[in-house]
Amino acid sequence: MPVNATLSQLSDWSYSSAAAIYLLAMILFLVEQAFGRKGQEAAERAGTRAVAGQDESAVATAGGGEPPESPAVGPAERRHRGRAERFGSMGVAVMVLGMLLHLAALVFRGWSTGRAPWGNMYEFLMVLCFAAVVTWLVVISRHAVRHLSAFVLLPVVLLLFLGGTLLYSTAVPVQPALQSYWLVIHVSAAAASSGIFLVPGVASVLYLFHSAHQRDPARFSSLVRRLPSKELLDRVAYRVTVFAFPLFTFGVIAGAIWAESAWGRFWGWDPKETVAFITWVIYAAYLHARATAGWRGDRAAMINIAGFAVVVFNLFFINLVVAGLHSYAQVD
Amino acid sequence: MTTGGDGDPAGRERTYRDTPARRALAFARNTWRGLTSMRVALILLFLLALAAFPGAVLPQRMVDASAVSRYIEDYGWWGRLLDRLQFFDVYGSVWFSAIYLLLLVSLVGCLVPRSVEYVRSMRARPVLTPRNLARMPHHREGQLRADPDTVVARAHDRLSRWRRVERTEQDGARTISAERGYLRETGNLVFHFALLGLIIAFAVGHMYKYEGQVIVHADGSEFCNSGIYAYDTFNAGLNVDGTGLTPFCVRVNDFEADYLPNGQPENYRADIEYQSGDDLRDDTWRPYDLQVNHPLRTEGDRVYLLGHGFAPEFTVTFPDGQQRTKATQWRPNDQITLLSDGATKFDPPGVTDEARRRSNQIAITGLFAPTAHFNGKILTSSAPGLDDPAVAVDVMRGDLGIDSGYGQSIFEIDEKMVEQDRLERVARENLRPGEEIQLDDGTRISFDGVHRWASLQVSHDPTQGWVLAFAIVMLVGLAASLIVKRRRLWIRVSPSGDGGAGSLVHVGGLARTDQAGYGEEFTRLAADLLDDTGGEWDARNGSERNRS
Repeated sequence: MPVNATLSQLSDWSYSSAAAIYLLAMILFLVEQAFGRKGQEAAERAGTRAVAGQDESAVATAGGGEPPESPAVGPAERRHRGRAERFGSMGVAVMVLGMLLHLAALVFRGWSTGRAPWGNMYEFLMVLCFAAVVTWLVVISRHAVRHLSAFVLLPVVLLLFLGGTLLYSTAVPVQPALQSYWLVIHVSAAAASSGIFLVPGVASVLYLFHSAHQRDPARFSSLVRRLPSKELLDRVAYRVTVFAFPLFTFGVIAGAIWAESAWGRFWGWDPKETVAFITWVIYAAYLHARATAGWRGDRAAMINIAGFAVVVFNLFFINLVVAGLHSYAQVD
Repeated sequence: MTTGGDGDPAGRERTYRDTPARRALAFARNTWRGLTSMRVALILLFLLALAAFPGAVLPQRMVDASAVSRYIEDYGWWGRLLDRLQFFDVYGSVWFSAIYLLLLVSLVGCLVPRSVEYVRSMRARPVLTPRNLARMPHHREGQLRADPDTVVARAHDRLSRWRRVERTEQDGARTISAERGYLRETGNLVFHFALLGLIIAFAVGHMYKYEGQVIVHADGSEFCNSGIYAYDTFNAGLNVDGTGLTPFCVRVNDFEADYLPNGQPENYRADIEYQSGDDLRDDTWRPYDLQVNHPLRTEGDRVYLLGHGFAPEFTVTFPDGQQRTKATQWRPNDQITLLSDGATKFDPPGVTDEARRRSNQIAITGLFAPTAHFNGKILTSSAPGLDDPAVAVDVMRGDLGIDSGYGQSIFEIDEKMVEQDRLERVARENLRPGEEIQLDDGTRISFDGVHRWASLQVSHDPTQGWVLAFAIVMLVGLAASLIVKRRRLWIRVSPSGDGGAGSLVHVGGLARTDQAGYGEEFTRLAADLLDDTGGEWDARNGSERNRS
């Protein structure tokens, strides 16, 4: 099938614009993070919440319910909210705009090639980042973590930059092995779950900063002062992981079904399969760690970070360095 | 039990004595407890992830045996050490097996008591209502105009999908304890049992499966799955001895490949016919369009189109006028341009004298390009499509060494024969179809044209359906265990203190699941339970308090 050059050009423009707009949103969020009141508020809330948390654990070991996420500011105070917070809400608007352009880039790419727009590494990264951005927008609509958006946008912008420069490939149809409806199912599940895993990874890194600060108050004090409570970071990491993990599992199973019809076996320890297996085991360990005394908190956060590190390893090292059946990167 | 009663000799007998048997028992018990503890399971999970890792970065024998040999050659003692430590067969290695077997034991040891506990909890009634519901993480209270009976009846109605039990307390207050989300534990157990089933099915499959590769010329040639000898390569599980393979035959009539202008393949398809089962007796052939993502599935076996290549056809006209025509498959050594190499070997016909026969064998070796491109006289291929074929061949004459007793590759000549001067080059030429070479003794060699061949794989795995079924059950169980929230709700209804007909209602809630997010549902439920249609709210008591 011929490739529509105009559409693919549109896709490229949307892609670059989306990346630039994310960068702008990141700057706005950084302003909020640096000068906003939410940081201090969050720190104060963390104090009260820690007390409440202890109280609750006396009632039940499980972490109980959800706080109403409207921040504890009255309407009078909200009217006086600082300029920095306004930067934050502008950041969200800009981020949504970026997301729409990002979506347009995907749609145009798919339209121009007449296939699902995730047939090579550039496109895979595009989907991955899109999933991360959407996940984060959902997270900030439910939890008071908006001022942390810059920490999520930083890896997203980095990945988009890498994708758009080093890994870029022109819009072409895919080779026979990829011409299957499983491309739509398996690769989208894999890319989306990888992108969603980015969010808990970032939350867990921030969690560890928090812990380091608790052990030695001199360390990272200016950063941690502006972070939400550890409990909230942990909850965000857990909730998002719990959503992504079944999706990832589904992606692996779909991959196995596809491999059975494309390569003659459903599982053959191809490098990509192996690292997907390792990723699965690590996230399974994370879920178990959160239910095991002595493994909650720091250790669980570290496991979550390790999980995302393996996802990144799978994406870059296995695609670009190790030769395997999944060598579809098509880096020009 | 020794109760220190008055001189029961048996009692004294039973005091603890440290015998070897007891020590062994204690050791076994502690080992079992340790192995089935979550902490050890976690460590084993990490070990499993760690142990699987070398398989992703080192070449693996089961995936690519020649890459392993190359690695060992390149890295010398390091490669040999890795080989001895089974790093090239990670997933069959002693240490990898040890880890997953221990994990399996740990899993079983965890599942058995949990299943017992599960059955017990499914029978249990929801727990007593705590005395002070205000201490629950979620709590609301209200003063309702309706009388307690109405409120309780309404609550039963609202909580119809909850497992609940009504109790009356000593002071006359009526309570309902309700619990919901049992599916979580069900899903969790289902997931783990399905995982166990998947691993077992996978292991059994490895014992009984086989796969074989074979090259078949796309000119109506046939292949039958009648035994190992029919294959070019064959890999099988331990319990496969090569007899009793599923009988079926495949005939490859044609092969087509479409390419984009840049040489990227767009589509491969082999036009095949097959017969299996009863068709074998009736000699009925059924057509099938074999493509990369569309294997032929018949009688539980699968036939895949793995790849393709070319077989240049040569005709040798010997000085006495006899002709021999052969098209031996050559192998693609460049997967993008399909530049291929190979060796087509001929015996002189009608020669009975062994010595003369062995000094006049002919081999045509060299390169084949589907779309020829010449750099001077050097042949390369510029595209994989069969547009402008050409060969660059060396014609060798002499003793090919076919009778030496050693096996030799069909793609190569035996270089030892060349080194020993028993086989020498008598011509070197580039040929297009129809062109020919004349040798010094009058032998003529013509390049007639090109046949295509398809590389097929036959796979047999009797348990893969089971693996899939377990995987799907696993996914369903996993989703249930991660999405469903186990939560409790209590409601206490007591007559209002002022002697009127109204009632004082307390609602408390507790999520038994980590970070479940019960708040919203609780707020909604409590609002419904405290909804006193037509009643008036006691603003003071109707306050909401949700904590986390």
